[in-house]
Amino acid sequence: MVETLTHTTFDVQAIRQHFPVLNRVVKGKPLVYFDNAATTQKPQVVIDALTDYYKNYNANIHRGIHSLAEEATAAYEATRDTVQQFINAKQREEIIFTRGVTESINLVAYTWARTNLKAGDEIIISGMEHHSNIVPWQLIAEITGAKLNVIPVNDNGELIMEEFHKLLNEKVKLVSVVHASNSLGTINPVKEIIDAAHKVGAIVMLDGAQSTVHLDIDVQQLDCDFFAISSHKVYGPTGIGVLYGKRALLEAMPPFMGGGEMIKDVTFEKTTWNDLPYKFEAGTPNIADTVALKAALDFVSGIGKSTIRKYEDELLRYATEQLQSIDGIRLVGTAKHKVSVASYVVEGVHPQDLGILLDNQGVAVRTGHHCTQPLMNRFGIPGTTRASFAMYNTKEEIDVMIAGLHKAIKLLR
Amino acid sequence: MAEVKSIAETEEEIVDEFSLFDSWDEKYEYIIDMGKKLKPLEDEHKKEENKIKGCQSTVWMVSELKDGKVFYRAESDAVIVKGLVSMLIRVLSGHAPKEIVDAKLEFIDKIGMKQHLAQTRSNGLLSMVKQMKLDATVYQAKQQMN
Repeated sequence: MVETLTHTTFDVQAIRQHFPVLNRVVKGKPLVYFDNAATTQKPQVVIDALTDYYKNYNANIHRGIHSLAEEATAAYEATRDTVQQFINAKQREEIIFTRGVTESINLVAYTWARTNLKAGDEIIISGMEHHSNIVPWQLIAEITGAKLNVIPVNDNGELIMEEFHKLLNEKVKLVSVVHASNSLGTINPVKEIIDAAHKVGAIVMLDGAQSTVHLDIDVQQLDCDFFAISSHKVYGPTGIGVLYGKRALLEAMPPFMGGGEMIKDVTFEKTTWNDLPYKFEAGTPNIADTVALKAALDFVSGIGKSTIRKYEDELLRYATEQLQSIDGIRLVGTAKHKVSVASYVVEGVHPQDLGILLDNQGVAVRTGHHCTQPLMNRFGIPGTTRASFAMYNTKEEIDVMIAGLHKAIKLLR
Repeated sequence: MAEVKSIAETEEEIVDEFSLFDSWDEKYEYIIDMGKKLKPLEDEHKKEENKIKGCQSTVWMVSELKDGKVFYRAESDAVIVKGLVSMLIRVLSGHAPKEIVDAKLEFIDKIGMKQHLAQTRSNGLLSMVKQMKLDATVYQAKQQMN
């Protein structure tokens, strides 16, 4: 991937200028936004791309002959090219726009899995999956009679790979795992998983909801079969996401939803499907948000993911140190390889109480089970408090959280 | 024994108490204090059918009708919710079913805690109020049948 701009030093104050919401005051205090794993804030260029589209060239795409339709189509399709480069897909036809990771996973479940799985087949997921990478497979297992197996997680919040290898056999047709955990931050050894799964003839889907914003994604090098992305976790708008799929698989899959755009010819006797990627994009798509997604990806590439990652790693290291210095705090998720997520529990304190009191200090963290109930059960806790960092966060903000924690713990105990 | 205060009077009392606080910190401190002081519910009552489940914290609540008045007892695993619940009990417990059903509970808004009603997913205070009123409605119906 080509990085168009290289910052020699990372200037976080300059970065912050791009994000208008960071000027917000919450409960009389400057906003400290540490809920980036849930959704990231949007830079001005993304907001501008949205308004520019609606102000200047809003039109329905692909079939219009007039100028506005042509401009809108060009912008929409330009995002596809940008996504292709962003994850290094071989062809633009392999990039399908969806509403987000949840829809991407469901698309694969209801098309590929539904037609390819039968009773006795096996699906492997992991013990740290988001509910969106559990429930669709449970539904499909119910329909097809396939069996769902789970890779266990160790005390550090890492997958127990020996157990994964034991689960592999010829009956396994699909492995669907999270690239980086939303609750713990763990980066999973997906290359090892993909290569091993392919050896037994299984295909692999990766949930890239958390990884896409932090890690360099090269789907060809990974050799994954499907990869799911949510735009709003990569500084882009909500309501838009991506399913990458290998062309041969996408070609062989039946459509997901029927409607306009996804057809070639419709008669009451027989309808034929449109070519890729349009076969999977029924109806008028989310044009504005797709167009603005390009602005988000360009923004990230402009700064450079490796530069951002280096900075975020520093934030994570600092936050981890500071958290560990507080008496009675236990970090949940101490994997060797992590994205910038710090999840913790405080002895004798309910996460919800902490969340309310931190919000009272202007600090936005997430508390609860993070839509990973089985993982919380694994650790025997109802939930955690999670601080997740983005490129615009600072060490000073971490200090604010730590001070808020001291105050909250004193009150609550 | 002093005369039992009406629901509106207790609401007014709580609003007065909160008016003494200048900051959110103090308000929460007071709520947490009330939460800590709430009499714990016996374990036998902490069962599934007494659960009012929010997304993050759990409230257990039981009620009984005694001499025509409803009495509530409740507990939560989160202390701020426990404090809010303790205020609701203080306001509603010991009143006739009809009074409880008709209670407007404007004090929640007046003390600045309305956000906790809106965030139904995160702490279930709204479900809590609903359940308390539902219990009262059931007792009211039973009274009318007798």
